[in-house]
Amino acid sequence: MDNPILLTMRHIEKRFPGVLALNNVDFTLRKGEIHALMGENGAGKSTLIKILTGVYQMDGGEVTIEGQPVVIHSPQDAQNSGISTVYQEITLCPNLTVAENMFIGREDSAWIQRKEYEKKADEILGRLEIPTRGARILGRCSLAIQQMVAIARAVDMNCKVLILDEPTSSLDDKEVNMLFKLMRDLKAQGVGIIFVTHFLEQVYEVSDRITVLRNGELVGEYPASDLPQVQLVSKMLGENLIEELPEVQTETKMIGKNQDGVSLVGDMIRNEIKKNSGVFYEAESLSSAQALPFDFKIRKGEVNGFTGLLGSGRSESVRAIFGADKVTGGKVKIKGEQVKINRPIDAMKHGIGYLAEDRKRDGIIADLSVRENIILALQVMNGFFKPISRSESEAFADEYIKVLNIKTASRETPVGSLSGGNQQKVILARWLLTHPDYLILDEPTRGIDIGTKWEIQKLVLKLAEEGVSVTFISSEIEEMLRTCSRLIVMRDRHIVGELTGEDLNQAQVMKTIAGGEA
Amino acid sequence: MINKLKNPFRNGLGQLTIPLIAIIILVVFNLIRDPSFFGIEIIQNNDGNNVLSGNLISIINGASELAILAMGMTLVTAACGGQDISVGAAAAIAGSAFVKILKSGDSISGGKVLLAFLFACVVAMLFGAFNGTLVAVFKIQPMIATLILYTCGRSIAYWINGGATPTVTSPIINAIGSFIPGIPVPTPVLIVVIVGVIFKLVFRLTSLEIFTQSVGINGSAARLNGINSTFIKLLSFIILGVCVAISGSIGVSRLGLINHETLLLDVEMDTILAVAIGGNNLGGGKFKVGGSIIGAYVIQMLTITLYAMKVSSTDVKAYKAIVIVLLVVIGSPVVKAKFEKYMSQLRAKKAAVNTKGADQS
Repeated sequence: MDNPILLTMRHIEKRFPGVLALNNVDFTLRKGEIHALMGENGAGKSTLIKILTGVYQMDGGEVTIEGQPVVIHSPQDAQNSGISTVYQEITLCPNLTVAENMFIGREDSAWIQRKEYEKKADEILGRLEIPTRGARILGRCSLAIQQMVAIARAVDMNCKVLILDEPTSSLDDKEVNMLFKLMRDLKAQGVGIIFVTHFLEQVYEVSDRITVLRNGELVGEYPASDLPQVQLVSKMLGENLIEELPEVQTETKMIGKNQDGVSLVGDMIRNEIKKNSGVFYEAESLSSAQALPFDFKIRKGEVNGFTGLLGSGRSESVRAIFGADKVTGGKVKIKGEQVKINRPIDAMKHGIGYLAEDRKRDGIIADLSVRENIILALQVMNGFFKPISRSESEAFADEYIKVLNIKTASRETPVGSLSGGNQQKVILARWLLTHPDYLILDEPTRGIDIGTKWEIQKLVLKLAEEGVSVTFISSEIEEMLRTCSRLIVMRDRHIVGELTGEDLNQAQVMKTIAGGEA
Repeated sequence: MINKLKNPFRNGLGQLTIPLIAIIILVVFNLIRDPSFFGIEIIQNNDGNNVLSGNLISIINGASELAILAMGMTLVTAACGGQDISVGAAAAIAGSAFVKILKSGDSISGGKVLLAFLFACVVAMLFGAFNGTLVAVFKIQPMIATLILYTCGRSIAYWINGGATPTVTSPIINAIGSFIPGIPVPTPVLIVVIVGVIFKLVFRLTSLEIFTQSVGINGSAARLNGINSTFIKLLSFIILGVCVAISGSIGVSRLGLINHETLLLDVEMDTILAVAIGGNNLGGGKFKVGGSIIGAYVIQMLTITLYAMKVSSTDVKAYKAIVIVLLVVIGSPVVKAKFEKYMSQLRAKKAAVNTKGADQS
């Protein structure tokens, strides 16, 4: 019944300064299967994959492909062994064309003419139904398209092992289905696919087998059909967390929906707002270089959300609020007083914080320490001539490392060496430290494990209780329904609906996004 | 677990490791070659002062201009991810401006020297602002932007004093260029110390360090955190301008004249080299000014060592190149990573031996 074994990794060990990232981990991939690799942040998924693709060198263990031991010292070695990867964060060259990105660095690429490239690229893109052309500059394509080009590149390399690291985190449902179809096609052709994702439903939709890692160690390998979702979660979170789980679950139940599909927490917050309904921020036909004019307001202690498909303008709108893109028009009032917000520093001075969608590009200062990253925004607000003293900054860092449970070797560790979820917590800490009145969180839970997701959702609700206004953007509607009392729906760069109260349910949101209300 | 792994190299090699090792090797080499190389004595100089004298003193003294320029260059490198290649030419301009004021009127008083220095500072800061504007506002690559002043700077210096190379004779200028009566340490060395202390104070009293590093590492994130990266980049060039004015004024004071063609000629490359030897990433980001200062002394010590070995001045550059290639390769990320791997293997072996011992007992 079992397909022949394609890839084995045995006793893999990897050390980083101060951390044992992988300890005696085994992994087996068979031909023609989709194998989900699951684990919390810092479980070692990314490290294992980077070893397999030659980005990191393992400190111990062995890898075989089709029974033959292989040595992978570089991404080139991995490619030659038939291993292709699409990473969580897109690692293509944005200033080259789509075609160049698809063929760059491949052995046969040197002798092909540009026109041939583009023709070949168009062919592949057409076959995969990816709506772009080979001659386009990659950076001008949307994030989703860039991701799909990365997949197309990997697919075209005749790989035996295809690694997809969070491939769906920036795709909408239609694109996800397209990808899954492609994955099943490849599976039928005998390709082994390693699928890393945080979306549990997606795991069960396509995976045959699941391997779970925790804290750099192997928990086990299970057929997907034999492992109920609840068990998977408890295996990922670990024993000591299982005790905490019921509490978190009751809490999610509490912040979940009642039978009518109305958000309970929404009710709670709405009551709160009735008591205390001062508008904190109000914009009238605000527009930026990236966003069309829109009206928006948020009350003190309110949690609202912007939703819509990728490219609907949800991120662009909140960027305009923060002055992240060039503001081109509109009136802005804070607590009823007209103000000018043209640059991020203006927004910060008025008590607005903004956690950007692209953590790597717009969030972390990778080479600086956790401590320096945490104090950065506060330091900017304090001004050039009022530096935060070393001891003060150490106290701030220690406090937030503890409060947000940031996993780091020390406060002086460069933030770039932390796992994605912990990097996100560092940026959250950075904004919390400024004690904002209004916090904009753009995809704060993207590419983050479930435990951290819950922590962030809880944090948002706690902030709202304390009177902080929060705008929360997530590609998981479920998550927004749980936290937001008002959802602003965008389509084609326009606001097309505003849902509150009884309309706050998945069906209504989907209908509004799709334009079904007409 | 984490405690077990603690050791001096747990965070990799420190940035200052390579420049410090370079200095130590040069010192040891010279000690073996000729122990008297480091002899320091007190002699009476031409002005009748009792002053320190010896190779070590001339190394530290001779590197002064380079060390000051390297401090400023470190900031530009960190913020802009590029280097200013016009510092030599700009120093000639600043030096000419310094002399221009000194030569106006008859006598040279202390106040006048101060005025002349301040004028040189303003001029050099303006040219720094010119470079900085091209880089920060117009987003021109630093090397291209500063190529302009590199090309025309010495012509501008030539115009300032009408093409002449005027001499300035004054006890005050002499004191700046060599020794202050009663103090046995060369004045340029004291100036380096003062500039170094000012840098330290600026880092302590402002947020310059973290802002500059943020801009250099991730400009986009820095902007979204409210940092004005244009201002930070411009500021780095203006600070370098002050360093240029100080170096130019020292250079003029040493010789007692301004020669716009030869003052601090080719210093820009040594400056960039000092920054690199200091372990700073020439692509911007994290930096250590101390590393660049040590880098400047490494370069100067190398030069003096070669001269002491009677290498002819034409050959010195070739020998220097060999040593510098070695330094840069040893300091490269590839060699560092290899070394760290070797160290961790050594540690693992040691740990294995330890557990074995524990089992047996």
